[in-house]
Amino acid sequence: MIEVRNLNKSFGEKQVLKDFSFVFEKGKANLIIGESGTGKSVLIKCMVGLIIPESGEVLYDGEDFIHMSWDKQKDIRKKIGMLFQGAALFDSMTVEENVMFALSMFTEMPLSEKRDRVQLCLERVNLPNVLKLFPAELSGGMKKRVAIARAIALKPKYLFCDEPNSGLDPKTSILIDELIKEITVEYDMTTVVITHDMNSVLEIGDKIAYLHKGVKLWEGTKQEILRTPQKELSEFVYATKFLQQFRDRLEKE
Amino acid sequence: MDPMRLLYHVGRYWLMLSQVFRKPEKASIFWNRVFFEINAIGIGSLGVVAIISIFMGAVITIQAAFGFESPWIPLYAVGVAARDSIVLEFAPTIVSLILAGKVGSSIASEIGNMRVSEQIDALDVMGVNSASFLILPKIVASVFIFPFMVVISMFLGHLGGFVLGVAAGVVTPYEFVYGIQYDFRPYNVFYALTKSLFFGFIIPSVSAYHGYYTKGGSLEVGQASTRAVVYSIIVLLLFNFILTQMLLG
Repeated sequence: MIEVRNLNKSFGEKQVLKDFSFVFEKGKANLIIGESGTGKSVLIKCMVGLIIPESGEVLYDGEDFIHMSWDKQKDIRKKIGMLFQGAALFDSMTVEENVMFALSMFTEMPLSEKRDRVQLCLERVNLPNVLKLFPAELSGGMKKRVAIARAIALKPKYLFCDEPNSGLDPKTSILIDELIKEITVEYDMTTVVITHDMNSVLEIGDKIAYLHKGVKLWEGTKQEILRTPQKELSEFVYATKFLQQFRDRLEKE
Repeated sequence: MDPMRLLYHVGRYWLMLSQVFRKPEKASIFWNRVFFEINAIGIGSLGVVAIISIFMGAVITIQAAFGFESPWIPLYAVGVAARDSIVLEFAPTIVSLILAGKVGSSIASEIGNMRVSEQIDALDVMGVNSASFLILPKIVASVFIFPFMVVISMFLGHLGGFVLGVAAGVVTPYEFVYGIQYDFRPYNVFYALTKSLFFGFIIPSVSAYHGYYTKGGSLEVGQASTRAVVYSIIVLLLFNFILTQMLLG
């Protein structure tokens, strides 16, 4: 479980996060949704320690991550897997080396065992035959799947996904969503997903927080989100004509 | 440049170095990366160093012969002048300036590209000290390999001066060889190698600094790469002056 308490972050005069609090539950896909530029990425970066907030706490199973020393943070970081928006695979390494990276860095596993683990992770994301390819030789969807394989290589307790569907076609997006949902349950992880894709929200959103101009305006489940009276959220959820028609049908029922 | 801005960069550079000089996560991975960088920085630059050294040695010899065209100056003075120019300045400084362009831009663009594509963030999130992981092997490799490059450059500079100087008819083989041995001071080689150690540190660290703090996209990576070369050269020339004053002044 990850608990965020009263998180504040400003860049110069602009306050990007205002007193954000939320509990990210274990074994669930916890979604942060909101329009572009509302502070979602800043929030996730504060949570993983890439940005230091002005105030507030991020508690990983009760341990305050932000105010820890680097060495103590390292122990928690080893339990974090992260899927970046652009996959962030290491260009100079093959797929095998990318997935093996954390295993080589933090474990004393023999090479054969590491290779087995890499193979297993790649099979888990349905990419068993790309070991020797470089990231530049992969499609966007394949890169995301390799990034997921890299993220789960060390069997993490926490998984962060920054817009996992950005730049992907609808079919591949669904595949990635399903994968995130499945591995969340499989590894019993606390998964945090940032998205503005309503398909993802309805597909995997166990627990959802809506961020608007740096403020959490709403939290609930995917069932509740469809019937929300909250004005800004409603405009966000029913932004597309297709969903507007769906809402009209819901209202008639 | 605004003095406050300069101070900001100097401070941030030292903060980066404090991150860089931390115990590597895993020794075996660190040494693998050092050997990789020795190959990339050293062996990869050997060709350009060799070509430049040979021709610069030849040009220095011809220029010395041209300047010493006097019955009062013995011909072996050409060898003496060529040797001192090569050992004191050309091999350590000019070769380092050339490497600042080649190696510096490559380091800044590699690290800058990693920064803008979130690869450095990925390392940090994993719990890897990205500054140390990426930059320390480059500094260690560079400090190790630069003196060897300078020695190679000295040798090839003399060889170029000898072969092409003789071929051009400006000096005889005997006079040139006598000249490069005449009043030889081993301290000059020590001075050159000491400079090369400093330059081997300055080039990768200053270049890596510009790459590591790149913000934006590919345009900014290009700008960081250019800045890396410019500032590496400026710092290198500044330290060339300071070290020369300290060691020879």
